[in-house]
Amino acid sequence: MAELSEESVVIRVMSLSRTYKVGSESVHALQEVDLDVHQNEYVAVMGHSGSGKSTLMNLLGCLDKADAGQYELNGVNTTKMSAARLAHIRNQQIGFVFQSFELLPRVSALKNVELPLIYSDIPFWQRRKRAKQALERVGLGDRTTHKPNQLSGGEKQRVAVARALVSQPSLLLADEPTGNLDSTTSAGIMDLFEQLYREGQTIIMVTHEADIAAHARRIVRMKDGQIISDLPIEQDPIFEHNKTAPSSEEPL
Amino acid sequence: MRHLFWAPLLFIRLVIQSALLALNQIWVNKTRSILTTLGIIIGVASVSAVIAAMDGMNNKIMENFEIFGTKKIFMWPHRPETGSKKNMDWWQIRFRTEQFEGMTEHCPSVEYKSFVSGGNNLPARFAEKSVESVRMTGVEATWFKIENRAIIMGRPFSHLDESQGRKVCIISKKLRDKLNMDRECTGNTILIGHSTFLVIGLLEDKPSMMFGNMGGDNYEVYIPYRTAQKMGDRWFRVMASCKSAQVAGDAKAEIQFFLRRTRRIKPGDPDTFRVHLMESEVKKVKEVMGMISAVAYGIVSISLLVGGIGIMNIMLVSVSERTREIGLRKAVGAKPSAILTQFLVEAVVLCLIGGLIGVALGHGLASLISKFGPLMEDTKIPAWAILLSFGFAGSVGIIFGMFPAIKAARLNPIDALRHE
Repeated sequence: MAELSEESVVIRVMSLSRTYKVGSESVHALQEVDLDVHQNEYVAVMGHSGSGKSTLMNLLGCLDKADAGQYELNGVNTTKMSAARLAHIRNQQIGFVFQSFELLPRVSALKNVELPLIYSDIPFWQRRKRAKQALERVGLGDRTTHKPNQLSGGEKQRVAVARALVSQPSLLLADEPTGNLDSTTSAGIMDLFEQLYREGQTIIMVTHEADIAAHARRIVRMKDGQIISDLPIEQDPIFEHNKTAPSSEEPL
Repeated sequence: MRHLFWAPLLFIRLVIQSALLALNQIWVNKTRSILTTLGIIIGVASVSAVIAAMDGMNNKIMENFEIFGTKKIFMWPHRPETGSKKNMDWWQIRFRTEQFEGMTEHCPSVEYKSFVSGGNNLPARFAEKSVESVRMTGVEATWFKIENRAIIMGRPFSHLDESQGRKVCIISKKLRDKLNMDRECTGNTILIGHSTFLVIGLLEDKPSMMFGNMGGDNYEVYIPYRTAQKMGDRWFRVMASCKSAQVAGDAKAEIQFFLRRTRRIKPGDPDTFRVHLMESEVKKVKEVMGMISAVAYGIVSISLLVGGIGIMNIMLVSVSERTREIGLRKAVGAKPSAILTQFLVEAVVLCLIGGLIGVALGHGLASLISKFGPLMEDTKIPAWAILLSFGFAGSVGIIFGMFPAIKAARLNPIDALRHE
């Protein structure tokens, strides 16, 4: 794990809460959560569905706004930002990887990777080059002209990772990145994440699969909208004895 | 400052990007795009075709008025509906020549005046050739100036012709040809009714008009008014012309004042005559044409409106179809304004393409309409109408694209990404 100092804080979450209104009932999806993530950490957020891990992910990704509490990203308080400012933050500092890839159909891999740059200040003559570099980084330098329907699931997710990396974000957010992939392909994506982590990328990954979470260096467990444990993987009760995960059915 | 300087450039870049994206979308959904723009195509085509037809018709009518003369004034006796002269005999209220003596001197806005006799239809003969019926009208020499009819050969009526009531005539080219006369027909005599007349001049035929020929179908013979009067054609009207169309109203007032005096109408009594301006006729026709045009434009605008609703409908479909895409774009950093611009530009591009095809179609329609008849022969889309059509199509895109675009811009990225 990297050195923990005040300067290296990427994410600082202080008593963050999010409540949804479902009909007349209010659901406390997140209750006063505190979390710090430093540069070049590799965090897995685990929990059952309804535990609040997706809500936390959305808030960390500036896709959603909290009802209470503070969220600082790279020292900037995002709590009261407008939709346009948040869009700019997402564009510059956050890379998303989704479970179902979310590639634009009918558009080549290169164009897909270029997409975030369209909304940035990067001039158009540099976009193509950057997108190509990002694709090479994920090992798809020879697939630039392929359209999503010509790519395998693993390749699609690699394109998505390239897209997440193209604007050189300080934070890579992955929401069940292997949820739609078989185990062999999943391992490939996890290898890619490992490589990115070693290159210095900060990664936060949401998953309910223990064998995927096993690749992270820090495990955050959630239940009922609260963090119930936050430990380095060596100290986590499930992973402490062996690095290979016991089963995907995770007892909490 | 730097931000202010770059802002318009950034906006232009956004619009160009959106336009390229829109063209791509339109190309990908070819069939749907064509069906969607059909409404706009038909709308713009009908708007431009109707404008072309209306504009052409308007010009044609005005042109005809110009030929007919917009400076003309007509006068005829009229029995008033009230007052002591209500039940007067027609004969008693007829015009008398002495009532018009000195009219042009007393009415400064009036240029010429001419008596015009009631006219007779009579048979005519020259050598072996005869015509069943010619229209013989007694007029003064000034009549040709009022009517703008050129004497292309020979001479007009002279002072002597008029004062002595000589049996001279000016005939139209049409009659000369019908009677098989020489090209230089002046100096010959022709028999009209039971009298012989010396042909002194040849008159250019009336230019063809759209409303039939306004009497131009007749074989025209003009004799001095005095001659007609001597031959018993005692009933007459008076025609005059004003110095310019601008003083037509003044001329009318002057004539009314003059005639009330010469016809000894007591103050407060109604006029026993009518003075009618060609100019007011033109104004009325212009008004009517304007009204017809407005109604026509209104009706065809509805088709454009319907087209716009079609655009809105398909854009709404497009927004809900591409909800996930919108969500993704937002997630990777598209601002609400960028999404708004994207969908708005797509609607506008769609409409402008429709407008382009529509104008082309309208052009085709206009050339088709121009073959319907002489009234329509000037039908062609004026440049301003092309610009207007484009502007209209673009506005339809903005107006009807706005709602779907706002809907797209307001989508919550999380909900959008979760959308199935």
